Amino acid sequence: MTADFQISAGFMPLLDSMLLVAAQEKGFAAAESIELRLVRETSWANIRDRLAVGQFEVAHMLAPMALAAALGLTPIPSPTIAPMALGLGGNGITVSTDLWERLLAAGAPSGLEAAGTGAALKQVAAGGRLRFGVVHPYSAHNYELRYWLSACGVHPEADVEIVVLPPPLLPDALASGAIDGYCVGEPWNSVAVAAGAGRIATVKSAIWRSSPEKVLGVRRDWAEQHPQALAALLRSLYRAALWCGAPENAAEAAAMLGQKHYLDLPPALIEHGLTGQLALGDGRVEPVEDFFLPQARAATYPSTSHALWFYSQMVRWGQVGHAEERARQVEACYRPDLYRAALAPLRVPVPAAMAKIDGFFDGQAFDPARLQDYLDAQRRADAAIAHFG
Amino acid sequence: MPPSDISILVIDENRLRAAIIENGLREAGHRQVSVIHEVGEAARTIVSLAPDVVVIDLENPNRDRIEHFFSLSRSLRRPIAMFVDSSDAATIEAAVEAGVSAYVVDGLRKERVKPILDMAISRFNAFARLTRELEQARSELEDRKLIDRAKSILMRTRGLGEDEAYALLRRTAMNQNRRIAEIAQSLITASDLLEP
Repeated sequence: MTADFQISAGFMPLLDSMLLVAAQEKGFAAAESIELRLVRETSWANIRDRLAVGQFEVAHMLAPMALAAALGLTPIPSPTIAPMALGLGGNGITVSTDLWERLLAAGAPSGLEAAGTGAALKQVAAGGRLRFGVVHPYSAHNYELRYWLSACGVHPEADVEIVVLPPPLLPDALASGAIDGYCVGEPWNSVAVAAGAGRIATVKSAIWRSSPEKVLGVRRDWAEQHPQALAALLRSLYRAALWCGAPENAAEAAAMLGQKHYLDLPPALIEHGLTGQLALGDGRVEPVEDFFLPQARAATYPSTSHALWFYSQMVRWGQVGHAEERARQVEACYRPDLYRAALAPLRVPVPAAMAKIDGFFDGQAFDPARLQDYLDAQRRADAAIAHFG
Repeated sequence: MPPSDISILVIDENRLRAAIIENGLREAGHRQVSVIHEVGEAARTIVSLAPDVVVIDLENPNRDRIEHFFSLSRSLRRPIAMFVDSSDAATIEAAVEAGVSAYVVDGLRKERVKPILDMAISRFNAFARLTRELEQARSELEDRKLIDRAKSILMRTRGLGEDEAYALLRRTAMNQNRRIAEIAQSLITASDLLEP
């Protein structure tokens, strides 16, 4: 029997590629008559370019990268839509063992609490310019690291340096002393911990509870020409997410992802992020609630509130100037309508429209209906720490 | 300006392929060609050379880092964009297909850069073809070694002549719809297991 739909998908070796991997390995794609071809990539730039020229129909993609494409910020034109999210959370901020010693001396708490560790970091950062790695300028990692630093009074440009490195190279860069810390998706925090090179200082879910991360990036022209194929794929990924989110599947999922052609890592390392039982790097294993959510809390719903929050950070850090028209382009990139239509036959609950979001560790909330106020408040706060921090 | 006035930087971890590209550029009359293999050197080299064109292979895991560096670099007088002209979709596709990407300073005219990119594309393709052929030759040699070993096992254990042994392997492969080398490998494995 041949499949009705052939779909090529690029992915990076990260925990949240597991929805695509499970759709393939557990037969959810085949059940929708999809022949899914998964291609591991070495850079986000390759994901972007191969999607743009039609080598991939869909891809595991940094959410802000899809928005950058929508805003015309990519080097080659690449109309991309995001009809589904690929989970919530999943990142950590890992620091070198040396920096962790200094943070402890400056009063950092022993857990993963964002505010206390950030306060210690503010003291340490004053003693010398620290360098942090993120995976891409247009990434949730970049924005959450910057959000955390700023909220703790550390200006992410004036007080520290932020460089870009691909996920698999970050643990080595930390071990060699090239960087002092980094923000990355699992399992690349656990890899540094296992190598004895780092300590997890805080996590994405501690900075912003249930926060957005990757999306399924889809070439817009392909989506328009193949609506049935896309709907079938979204349903198969939804079922894959249900499977991924079931705790009893954790061991199997870790073994599946650990295979050579996926993450090529020991399953035990992958299981930390999957179960939220994080080995911090000081011998302790800390259970982190909601560390990574592949399915619960509407984790696959492409919320335009999330898109607009990412946009607010692109504006905040000077990647794009704010204009009402650009905010509308960002909203139009996320396609909850396609998600809703595709999942209708499954009769599963789908969230309602755009909503105010909170859960930030500093007590702030983001109301997408008051974007301008949010941008103004952040500009004032950033100017204050840049000058007096 | 003549071709020799364009400064080109080739970043490729594959030294052989980098040399092939460099040769092609020199043959085309380019005199300012630099090659680096380690991305660690890229930042410093880009600042000192201020290249007009950067050619990089797509396997390089550091593309994101390099793009970020371009976006930050104040030392580059003009911003660097990808490819010659983003409207030239066919060239972009051919480049990605071939596994190469290029960054070009803003304002450099398309007709000046396109030959460079076309050359890189054709040399990347030729290199890939060569690698494939080598790989194929290597695996054919491996296959032949396996088949020879399997034949000698059959000749020894079943008292067959060389041609008969081969015919048996071939018949078995056809019946099972597998390659002769696979049958040979199975036979060798089984024989190893059964050896006293």
